[in-house]
Amino acid sequence: MQILCTIKMPATRENFPALMQAVADCARSQGISSEKLYGIELATEEALVNIFNYAYQGAHGEVEIVCMRDDGGKFVMDIIDSGAPFDLLSVKDPDVTAGIAERPIGGLGIYFIKKFTDDVCYRREGGKNILRLTVVAGNNPGLR
Amino acid sequence: MEITTRNEKNAVVVTVTGRMDAVTAPEFEKNLSPLMAAGAGTVVINFRELEYISSAGLRSILAVAKQLKAHQREMVITGLQGSVQEVFKLSGFYSIFKIAASEEEALNTD
Repeated sequence: MQILCTIKMPATRENFPALMQAVADCARSQGISSEKLYGIELATEEALVNIFNYAYQGAHGEVEIVCMRDDGGKFVMDIIDSGAPFDLLSVKDPDVTAGIAERPIGGLGIYFIKKFTDDVCYRREGGKNILRLTVVAGNNPGLR
Repeated sequence: MEITTRNEKNAVVVTVTGRMDAVTAPEFEKNLSPLMAAGAGTVVINFRELEYISSAGLRSILAVAKQLKAHQREMVITGLQGSVQEVFKLSGFYSIFKIAASEEEALNTD
């Protein structure tokens, strides 16, 4: 596994553009297609927003993103926070058939993370939440 | 993100350019609020120039749709393509909203 870039910043909305830009630049430098880049950006955004909203419960904390390329050419990202333990894989998928009136707010972000990446892994290690997102760079993951 | 609006007969056409993400999506709601409070008729939202949308963007569209519904006004979405369209389809938003293939078709729905 080759580390491409690491970015660590306070987990606040003000840093959202810079964090997104760093990930997009890194993916682009790897020649990732625009379609794959969309999935990478979307999954990153949804994971970051979850951390901003819930990880530190109003207290200060940081978020770290490590972009990597594995030996098979897959684009791998670790999104790390030191907040409350949270395994987003434990969240039930939202009801995507509900009408306008009964649509719950939320739930879609985690669903998008799962749908727009090829693999999602969560582990809690040393007081940290580590979310590993993998995108196969070469072909289309399609809809799982 | 840039939002432009244009008045048509019995409708307002809103064109959104750029990105609707966690930072910019609230702007969409804010921009459309006066238009929704004052006007009448159908609101056509053209996303042809939209490069990116996340769940935050969808949430703001849903909020606008609910407000329009409260005023008995219709919202029609057009210009969906590529990954933006995929986001609409995966979320089920494709089936809860009225989607038109073109602006012309959107203006002629009733």
